[in-house]
Amino acid sequence: MAAAPPRLKRILQTLVVSTLALVAMSLAGAAQPSGPPPARIVSLIPATTEMLFAMGAGNRLVGAGNYDRFPPEVDKLPRVGGLLDPDTERILALRPDLVILYATQSDLRARLDRASVPYYSYEHRAMPDIMQTIRAIGARIGAAESAERVAAGMEQSLADIRRAVAGRPRLKTMLIFGREPGTLRGVLASGGYGFLSDLLDVAGSENAFADIKQQSVQASTEMLLARRPDAIVELRYGDDRRAVNIDQELSVWKTLPSIPAVRNHRLYLLVGDEFVVPGPRIVNAARRLAEALHPGALASLPRP
Amino acid sequence: MKPVRARIVAVLAGFGTLLAVVALAAPLIGSTPISIARVFDRTIPFADNVDAQIFFIARFPRVLAAAVVGGTLAVAGVVFQALFRNPLATPDTLGVSAGAALGAMVAITFHLDVSVGGYSSIPLASLAGAFGALGIVYALATARRRGLSTTVLLLAGVTMTAFFSALIMFTQYLADFTDTLRMVRWLMGMLDIGGYTPIVAVVPLLVAAGAVCATLPRALDLLSLGADAAAARGVDVFRTERAALFGASLATGAAVSISGPVGFIGIIVPHMVRLMIGSDHRLVLPGSALFGASFLIVCDLIARTLFSPIEVPVGVVTAILGGPFFLWLLLRRA
Repeated sequence: MAAAPPRLKRILQTLVVSTLALVAMSLAGAAQPSGPPPARIVSLIPATTEMLFAMGAGNRLVGAGNYDRFPPEVDKLPRVGGLLDPDTERILALRPDLVILYATQSDLRARLDRASVPYYSYEHRAMPDIMQTIRAIGARIGAAESAERVAAGMEQSLADIRRAVAGRPRLKTMLIFGREPGTLRGVLASGGYGFLSDLLDVAGSENAFADIKQQSVQASTEMLLARRPDAIVELRYGDDRRAVNIDQELSVWKTLPSIPAVRNHRLYLLVGDEFVVPGPRIVNAARRLAEALHPGALASLPRP
Repeated sequence: MKPVRARIVAVLAGFGTLLAVVALAAPLIGSTPISIARVFDRTIPFADNVDAQIFFIARFPRVLAAAVVGGTLAVAGVVFQALFRNPLATPDTLGVSAGAALGAMVAITFHLDVSVGGYSSIPLASLAGAFGALGIVYALATARRRGLSTTVLLLAGVTMTAFFSALIMFTQYLADFTDTLRMVRWLMGMLDIGGYTPIVAVVPLLVAAGAVCATLPRALDLLSLGADAAAARGVDVFRTERAALFGASLATGAAVSISGPVGFIGIIVPHMVRLMIGSDHRLVLPGSALFGASFLIVCDLIARTLFSPIEVPVGVVTAILGGPFFLWLLLRRA
């Protein structure tokens, strides 16, 4: 075979060099930077945005995700897209020195790599991971001390709630975070894994779907009947928070009278975004859930 | 060959027996063991009788929904395939399903919360969407007084489906995150309807559609020879086509409002039945209704028990089971 003509060789060389350069750049992007702590942070995820505010780093945020709603200060920040549609152009225009994104946003990650913008990749998992994430982000942005204070405070509060409901009967509870309005179709409940399931545990109850190790379970009518939960807690959040008529919302359950929760009127409707944002407010969520399931048990605890 | 009347009786008896067996057996089987003696034990009040509630509230409406939806979509498939003289036509071909889906997506995204006598917002909205699409189809069908070209109609249907799909995507884009999850689940089809209201609400539509379709078999047979040949044998082609369009579309809209779009039934069941009993529409139409009902009941039974306690979407089972079965029938014929 004849040797490659010089022009082809040059092109090949250029390709190899540029590939190597790209690899080197992406390694640099993923590496932990050792410079000054990030001062221009973009956070795309509601949970991490709340964490940053809680550790006193809210003033370093220059952009927030479309679904970030708390604390109110977040409304002053420019919005840079959501989980599925992050606006790379707007993110880069904000000249961030740290972007906090979700683990599945691989396209965005690749683009940030190319632009040499450092990022922190985050994922919703179980309850202890929330505190672990707070500590990790704190260490990353040079706010380890205040992050530790927030995380330790949360652990303390969660332990207090756990202790306050200890010894009380642990009701078999179904935590439902979605269904078709006005009917029991398409019921989405917490499975036996994730922070919602941990929330049930902290609040002194057994998850009725503990054996299904998924974050969410689509529960059929038969499953609702066969699991016989002692208590049913429905969550409303986001746009569904407006004007909820509790009696009307819960009346559909009367069609399944053999469920102990229905018979004993242990149906609860809790409204608020803190139940679905695994950030610092998860403590409030645990407190409200415990107060619903064990009325009066938390009276001795200091109010937040 | 036996006279048609005898063959119709044979088909009705055969597929009818299959449906009866399947429909009686399916509610007895499920992810939870129940005692039949307890189900029918009148001494236990219904409110305390878990077995009876599982049987009558969870399983029976579900089996009924599967029967109604399966039978209806299969009949609609037969009619559309004959009407368009195209083996690939399905109940979705004219965009009625897509219209129904758009209605449901809008209800989910914008959190519509209206109910009419226990008939809740999402099925209501999907029925409205189906009617909207049906209106357009009907307008198209009657726009040309001298009869309509099925090719034009087929193109119009494909265009409508694409148009509605674009609107569905736009609606999904506007939706909140958990709503998107609910949308995806709805689009997979869901027979767990938790009561009889969604079925009862569309019974008048189904009866009307069934009555229209019942007048069609002879004309469909002749139409499958071509419009001119049918006209020469005294078929009022325009009226027949219009009735077929309207009846099958109405049936599709009603079925989709019950369960969401359960895929594959409308295309595969008519072909299966034709492979089993030939292509005479006097046999195929009732045969498909009965076999479609049985087939969807069995698919749903598998969907709710195979990976118990988790359920798989029934549309997944219809395709996984129906595909190979259909290929086997084809190969056996070849």
